[in-house]
Amino acid sequence: MTGFFEIGFLNLTWGSVVMLIIGGVLLYLGISKKMEPLLLVPIGFGIVLVNLPLGGLMATIVQGEVYESYVIGGEPAGLISRVFQYGLVWELIPCFIFLGLGAMTDFGSLIANPKTLILGAGAQFGVYFAFFIALLLGFTIQEACSIGIIGGADGPTTIYLTNRLAPHFIGATAVAAYTYMALVPIIQPPVIKLLTTKKEREIYMKPQLRPVSKTEKILFPVMAAIIIILLVPKSAPLIGMFMFGNLLFVSGVTDRLADTAANAFMNILTILLGLCVGCFMSAESFLNVESLMVFALGVVAFATSTAFGVSLAKLMNVFSKEKINPMIGAAGVSAVPMAARVVQRMGQEANPRNFLLMHAMGPNIAGVIGTATAAGIFLGMVG
Amino acid sequence: MAQENVEFPITGKITSVNVGQGDKVNEGDVLCLLESMKMENPILAPVGGTVTKIDLSVGQVVEVGDLAAIIEY
Repeated sequence: MTGFFEIGFLNLTWGSVVMLIIGGVLLYLGISKKMEPLLLVPIGFGIVLVNLPLGGLMATIVQGEVYESYVIGGEPAGLISRVFQYGLVWELIPCFIFLGLGAMTDFGSLIANPKTLILGAGAQFGVYFAFFIALLLGFTIQEACSIGIIGGADGPTTIYLTNRLAPHFIGATAVAAYTYMALVPIIQPPVIKLLTTKKEREIYMKPQLRPVSKTEKILFPVMAAIIIILLVPKSAPLIGMFMFGNLLFVSGVTDRLADTAANAFMNILTILLGLCVGCFMSAESFLNVESLMVFALGVVAFATSTAFGVSLAKLMNVFSKEKINPMIGAAGVSAVPMAARVVQRMGQEANPRNFLLMHAMGPNIAGVIGTATAAGIFLGMVG
Repeated sequence: MAQENVEFPITGKITSVNVGQGDKVNEGDVLCLLESMKMENPILAPVGGTVTKIDLSVGQVVEVGDLAAIIEY
């Protein structure tokens, strides 16, 4: 008799059906629409798996009792809950992803045109804006920090910070951050268009950036790590790994390590992270008012970041002689390289001579540093 | 007849050549695709006209400032 009641069908709730549909939609977007498939396919399939009843992928044991979904503080007893516990709760995966990101990031455009650092910083305003809105809506200060950081559009940083400050939100904020990273090509263009005239979007920027010497490239990650970590100590795990990965990439003598960090290692982490994020989205953890509010505030944070970045670029144009295309300000959010790609595409659309990719990479990379630093500031404040 | 030299704005590898010598192009048409930073980037015609020179092959690595094509208009 018990065997019969173990059949999943009988245990399907309306919530898990809704989540199964969401998982299916993400799989469809990833596979058919080719929208960030490397993120959406693992997340989508994770959602499907975890919402099939009694599978036990996220099972946790609390005081001898087995729970189907992940319980913070419990002992993991399922395939993915173990990965979740030791990978995410212990903060290994997000930090190592930064190592891989560093190993594939070329700081050249940022070093050649350090002005763009300001744009990367400007785009973090959305983080603080959403932070205050969340506070006003009655979230605790820790929760508000985790919600605000979504505006940086940086998955690993969001997970890292939420886990420290508001672990019960980790599913909602992680999924929001990764979903919005995937939706960059849909969310950003209307905001950019609203704030710029056609003439501004047409502004041509010369392709030739100043050539950057090898010495500069090697000194940058070392100096940046020292300066940022001295200023914002709590950013050490993220910024430290990011700059270390970059040093492997530029040193010229550790190509093998850089290659593994940027490809094989990164792919392994992406698989584990994607499955973890997806598997956290069981109906009971996800379908509630708070999670949905996190989602709504996340998009506010992200759109505001974009708007601030563009406005700041316009402001810089008032003061500088050589005009920049204000759209590159939108790349100050840290979704690398999605945001830079959006700017590139919109730039070419406005003026086929334009090729803004390299110009947009500067603020884009500065955005990664900016978001990780903002997370460090939040941690220093309330952590 | 004026002519315009189209130069590559970034370093990368050619993944497809979409027009041939003598082809007529409109402003904004794709001349070739360039893979750079793990993305495919289209190189567009800055003006409409006739392609009088395009000498690229798939797999070729190009540098910033290299000639992509010449368009007469």
